[in-house]
Amino acid sequence: MTTLDLQKIGLRKVNKTLQSTTTTAGEKFTVVNPMGGHAIACGLQSDIEVTIDGHAGFYCGGMNKNACITVHGHAGVGLAENMMSGTVRVTGNASQAAGATAHGGLLIIEGDASSRCGISMKGVDIVVGGSVGHMSGFMAQAGNLVICGDAGDALGDSIYEANIYVAGAVETLGSDCEEKPMDSSHVDALTELLNRAGIKVDVQKFKRYGSARTLYNFHPDNAGNY
Amino acid sequence: MQKKSPQTTPRYSATFDEYTLSEIRRAASTGIYDIRGGGAKRKLPHFDDLLFLGASMSRYPLEGYRERCDANVVLGSRHASKPLHLDIPITIAGMSFGSLSGQAKEALGRGANAAGTSTTTGDGGMTPEEREHSAMLVYQYLPSRYGMNPDDLRKADAIEIVVGQGAKPGGGGMLMGQKISDRVAAMRTLPKGIDQRSACRHPDWTGPDDLEIKILELREITNWEKPIYIKVGGARPYYDTALAIKAGADVIVVDGMQGGTAATQDVFIEHVGQPTLACIRPAVQALQDMDMHRKIQLIVSGGIRNGADVAKAIALGADAVSIGTAALVALGDNHPQYEDEYQQLGTTAGAYDDWHEGQDPAGITTQDPKLAARLDPELAGRRLANYLKVMTLEAQTIARACGKSHVHNLEPDDLVALTVEASAMAQVPLSGTSWIPGQ
Repeated sequence: MTTLDLQKIGLRKVNKTLQSTTTTAGEKFTVVNPMGGHAIACGLQSDIEVTIDGHAGFYCGGMNKNACITVHGHAGVGLAENMMSGTVRVTGNASQAAGATAHGGLLIIEGDASSRCGISMKGVDIVVGGSVGHMSGFMAQAGNLVICGDAGDALGDSIYEANIYVAGAVETLGSDCEEKPMDSSHVDALTELLNRAGIKVDVQKFKRYGSARTLYNFHPDNAGNY
Repeated sequence: MQKKSPQTTPRYSATFDEYTLSEIRRAASTGIYDIRGGGAKRKLPHFDDLLFLGASMSRYPLEGYRERCDANVVLGSRHASKPLHLDIPITIAGMSFGSLSGQAKEALGRGANAAGTSTTTGDGGMTPEEREHSAMLVYQYLPSRYGMNPDDLRKADAIEIVVGQGAKPGGGGMLMGQKISDRVAAMRTLPKGIDQRSACRHPDWTGPDDLEIKILELREITNWEKPIYIKVGGARPYYDTALAIKAGADVIVVDGMQGGTAATQDVFIEHVGQPTLACIRPAVQALQDMDMHRKIQLIVSGGIRNGADVAKAIALGADAVSIGTAALVALGDNHPQYEDEYQQLGTTAGAYDDWHEGQDPAGITTQDPKLAARLDPELAGRRLANYLKVMTLEAQTIARACGKSHVHNLEPDDLVALTVEASAMAQVPLSGTSWIPGQ
C-alpha cells in the first residue's frame, strides 16, 4: 500500500500518482491529511483502491472511472460528479450535488446528502443511508437514486427515466414526478443495490418515484408546470 | 347625390406593425411562444457604425502584399501547458451535433483545419467524426453535461466552460423532439423524440468561487495541459470578465446578442442581452484593470460577418473573434438555390430560422439523413476555408492601411463612430469630432 500525504506532496502529485495508468489492478493507496482539500482523486482511470483518511472538499472522485474510492469523513460539493464507473463511498455526509451528471458506477453516502443529490444523473446508482435535501433527482435522466431516510422539497423535479426509491417521508414531489408501482423487478433491483452498498434497510419500506412524462413534449395546457 | 368626404390613406401602426400583428395571431392560435434559431434580428448599433481612419500624415501605411502583417494568435497561455496556436484570429463557435448534421460538423472541421483555426463542440458531447476532422477542437463544458466524459475531455485541445451565450444569457439549451434521433438521444441519455430543455445553470457550482474550484478539477483531470475558456453571454461584460479572470480562465469568450443559437424563444433572443458592440470595451476594461489584457485572451462573437468586423473587434481590444451563423452561411445555409423549398416552409432564403424543426433544405440544421446528404462536407469545408481566408485578408488589408504589422496592433485610436450610440458603446470619437459621449 502506498501512502500519499496531501499536505506534504501537494494535490498535483497525489492526483498524478492516482491517475497513472501503470498501476496494477487492486493496488491500494491511502491519502492522508486531506484537510478538506478540493479535487482529490479526480479523473482516476484504473482499477485501484483509494482510501482518503479524513474530510474531502469539492469534486472528490470527480469523473471517476474504474477506481474504488472511500472517504473516511465528510465530502464537499460535487462528490463523484460525472462518475463513469467504479465505486465512491463516503462514511459521513455529502454536500450539494453529490453524483451530479454521473453516468455509471455506484456512489454510497452512508450519512446524509444535501440538496440536488443526483442532479441530472445519467445512469449512476446512488445509495444514501440517511436523508437528502431539496431538489434531489432534479432532471435525473437514468439510473437509481435510493434514499433510506427522508427526501426534501421538490424531489425528482423534471425527472426523465431515472428511478427514485425513498424509505422515509417525501416533503413534496417536483413537477412531473409521481409515485410509481413497485413490482418484483424493482424489489429485486433495490435489494441487489442495497446489498452492493452494504446498507441494511427493509425493502418493503420503500416507495418508487419516476416521471409522469407529461412534460416530455410541450403542450400549452401544461405551461403552468414549467 | 351625396358628396363623399375625402378619406386618408390606410395607415399602419408603427407600434402594431405587420410583424407584431402576425406574432399576436400566431400566439393566439398556438398557445406557445415562438421558437427559432439564429441571433437578434432587430437593428442594433454594430460594427457598421464604426470606420477606420487609415493612414495619414501621422501614420505610415504598410505596403499591401509586400510588407508583412501577421494575424496569428495564441490562446490559453496563462496556465495551460499546451495553448492553441491559430494562424488566423477567427475561430468557429460551439455548435452541437444534434442541432447540426454530422456532415455539417465535418465540414466545419475541414474548413477550420484548412484555415488553421479551431472548431468547437456543442451541447451533446463530442462525436468521433468531429474529433477526426478537427485538428484543433474546443470541447464545451455545459450545464447539461450531455455526453461529458473524461476520455473526450482528455482528447480535446481546449475546454470551454459555457456560462451563457449571447442569444440567451440566463437561458438553457433547447432541442426539439424532431431532432432527437436515435443517435442524438443515445449521446444525451434521453428518450427519443422528447423536447429537450437542458439546464441553464451548472449542476455542481453556483458562482465564481465555486467555478474556480471546478476549473482546478478540470485542470487536474487533464494534467494542466488544456486551455480553459469561459464563455459568457453579453450581459454584464465588465463584471463577468472580471469574475472569469478571478475564477482562473485562460481565455474569455464574450458573445453579444447577435450571436446565434440552435433554438430559443424569439422573445429571449430579441429582448435579453446586449449588442456585441456594447460588450467589448467593458470586457477589455476589466482585463486592463486587472493587468490581464493580452495575457488572458478575449474572444468576441455575435454578428461577425467580414474582415472589417474582425479588425474592428480587435481594434477595440479583442484577441480573436468567433463565428457561428456566418460559418453556416458559408457552408450553404439559407442559399437561394433552395428558394422553392424555403417557400414551402413558409419562409424565404435569407430569412429561414426554424432550425429547430430539422427540415433545413440545405441539410445543415437537420438530423434527417436525406436532407443531411445534400451537404458535401469536402465542398462545404472548402467554402468555409475560402471565407475564413477572405476575412483574414480583409482584416490584414485594413491593418496595413493603418500602419500595423500585426492585426493585434490595431487600437481604438484607429476608429471613429458614425452614430452617437456607437460612439458611446465603442468609446471612440464621433466622426468629425473629438467627442465621446460620457467622457
